[in-house]
Amino acid sequence: MSFSQMSIRQLQQALRDGKTSSVALTQACLERIAATDEQINAFVTVCGDEALAAAAEADRQIAAGQGGPLTGIPIAVKDIFNTAGVRTSCGSRILENYIAPYDATAFARLREQGAILLGKLNMDEFAMGSSNENSANGPVRNPWDLERVPGGSSGGSAAALASGQALATLGTDTGGSIRQPASFCGVVGVKPTYGRVSRYGVIAYASSLDQVGPLARCVEDAALMLGAVAGYDPADSTSVDCPVPDYLASLEAGVKGKKIGLPREYFIAGLDPAVKQAVEAAIEIYRNLGAEIVEVSLPHTDYAVACYYLIATAEASSNLARYDGVRFGVRHQGEGGLVQMYEQSRAAGFGDEVKRRIMLGTYALSSGYYDAYYLKAQKVRTLIRDDFLKAFEQVDLLLTPVSPTAAFKLGEKTADPLQMYLSDIFTIPVNLAGTCALSLPCGQDSELPIGLQLIGKPFDEATILQAARAFEAETEWHKKTPNI
Amino acid sequence: MKITREEVEHVARLSRLALDEAEIEALTGQMDTLLGYVEKLDQLDTEGIVPTAHAVPMENAFRPDDVKPSIGLERALQNAPHSEEGCFVVPKVIE
Repeated sequence: MSFSQMSIRQLQQALRDGKTSSVALTQACLERIAATDEQINAFVTVCGDEALAAAAEADRQIAAGQGGPLTGIPIAVKDIFNTAGVRTSCGSRILENYIAPYDATAFARLREQGAILLGKLNMDEFAMGSSNENSANGPVRNPWDLERVPGGSSGGSAAALASGQALATLGTDTGGSIRQPASFCGVVGVKPTYGRVSRYGVIAYASSLDQVGPLARCVEDAALMLGAVAGYDPADSTSVDCPVPDYLASLEAGVKGKKIGLPREYFIAGLDPAVKQAVEAAIEIYRNLGAEIVEVSLPHTDYAVACYYLIATAEASSNLARYDGVRFGVRHQGEGGLVQMYEQSRAAGFGDEVKRRIMLGTYALSSGYYDAYYLKAQKVRTLIRDDFLKAFEQVDLLLTPVSPTAAFKLGEKTADPLQMYLSDIFTIPVNLAGTCALSLPCGQDSELPIGLQLIGKPFDEATILQAARAFEAETEWHKKTPNI
Repeated sequence: MKITREEVEHVARLSRLALDEAEIEALTGQMDTLLGYVEKLDQLDTEGIVPTAHAVPMENAFRPDDVKPSIGLERALQNAPHSEEGCFVVPKVIE
C-alpha cells in the first residue's frame, strides 16, 4: 500500500482497519532512508532495530484496540532533542559521543503517544545556520535539487519529509529554523508561540528565542503533531500554562470574514519575482475564500536581523559555556592546566560558525559594550514586538513570504556570514516578537518549492492552521514530491 | 575599524577558545563587518523604552520544594570524558 499521499489520520485508520501495519510503515521508511540518504544525508543516526521492535509492539496494541492517534507512526527528530540512550550530537564534534541520559519532553510526549522513533536528523551545529552547511556530519542536500541547500537549521527535519523517509518530524526554530527549511523543501513547518511547547531536554542555543515545533507533509499532520507536543511542562519554567485547543477539531473553520494583513515592509525590492508571484497568487486565493486583505506596517522590520544577531549570540555565548570538556562532550588536553583544557576542547570541538557566534555574543556582553549592544538590542526587541501587537489589533493574521528566494546553492553564501544571516529577514522578527507562524508550500520556482508564511497572534496557532488548511484545500502544492 | 586584533584575542580568552592565527585574522574582519552592520540599531531612539528579555511577560516561576528522584550518579557520569570514584576528573588546578 502506498502511503505517500495519506495523512497520519488516514494511516491510523488503515492501521486500525488492518490494511497495513506499523511494521510495514516503519520498514518502508527504513528502506526509503537506505535508498536515498546517501544522497540526502538527512539522518545522523538510524535506530532501525529499535524502531522495528517498537513498531511490532505498536501493532500488538492496535490489534488489542489500544493506543492513541500516533501509535505506530514512524517519525524522526532533530538531533538537538535528548533521546534517552540514543546519541544526541547536535551537529557538533564536541558532542559526537554524547548519549542522552533522558528524553526531551516534546519527544517523550510523542513516544508516550505511540510514535516510533526512526532516528535523529542532521542539523546546523547547535542550530546555528540557514543552510545546514554548518554540520559536523556534512551538509544535508535538498531532495528537489541535490546541488542546493535544504535550509537550516532543521534541514534534516525538512529533507527527510520531502524525500519520504519519515511521516513527521520535530525541529526547533530560533530565527526561522523550522519555517525556512520547510519552505525550501516544500513541506509544512510550524513555529509555535514561545512557551507553547516545552524546551526541556532541547539543547539550548538562544533560550529566549528557541521554540520546538513540528514539520509535516500536510497541515492536518502538523496540527495533530502540534497538539501532541504542546502544553505546559513543570520542567520548563518558561512553558506557559494555558489551555491547548483541539487543533484538529477546528481545522476546517476556513477564513471567511478573517482579516489578513500584508506587512508592506515584507514586499520589498529584494524579493525574488517568482516568490513575489507565488505569494500574490496566494493572496488572491484568500480573497476568493472570503478573507479581507488589509495592508499593515511593521515599521521596525529592517532592524530585526541586527537585533537578533546581538540577542541570539549573547544568549548562545552563555549557553555554550557548559561545553568545557568536563561533564560531557569531547576533551582535548595538551600541555597546561584546566583553563588550557577548556580552551583546547572548545577550539577543537566547535565549528567556525559556532565560534563566530560565541565571539560576537561574548563581545556584546563584555564590560563596556553591554549597554551599547545587548541592552540596545533588547530595547529594539520591544519595538519589534510592539509592531506585531499593534498590527494584530487590526487583523487576525499576517501573510508574508518565508524567504526572499527559493533554495540557494551549496556554497553560495558560506563565504559571507552577513548575506547568510540576511536570508532569514522574514522569519527572525517572529522569534523576537515571540509569536507563532508557519510555512506552507505555495508555489514553485522552476521545480524548487516556495513557502508562504502565516503569522498568528500569540497562542493563536489555531487561526493560522485553519488558514493554512483552507489554502491547502484549494491547491495541489503540498502534494508535489521530488523525483528522488 | 570597529574591532582590533587585540580585542579579538581578548574576547577569545573570555570565550575560552584557543584560536589559531588564521582564525583570529578571519574573525577580526568578520566581526568588524558584523559590528558595522548591527550599528544600524543606533538609528533608533530607544530612550525610555523598556528592554524585552522575554517575549512572554512572566514573573518568577515558583514550585513546591518537593524531593524527587534525581538522575543518579551512574547516568550523571556516563558521558564524562574522565571520571573516577564517582567524580569528574579535571587537570590539576592548584600546584
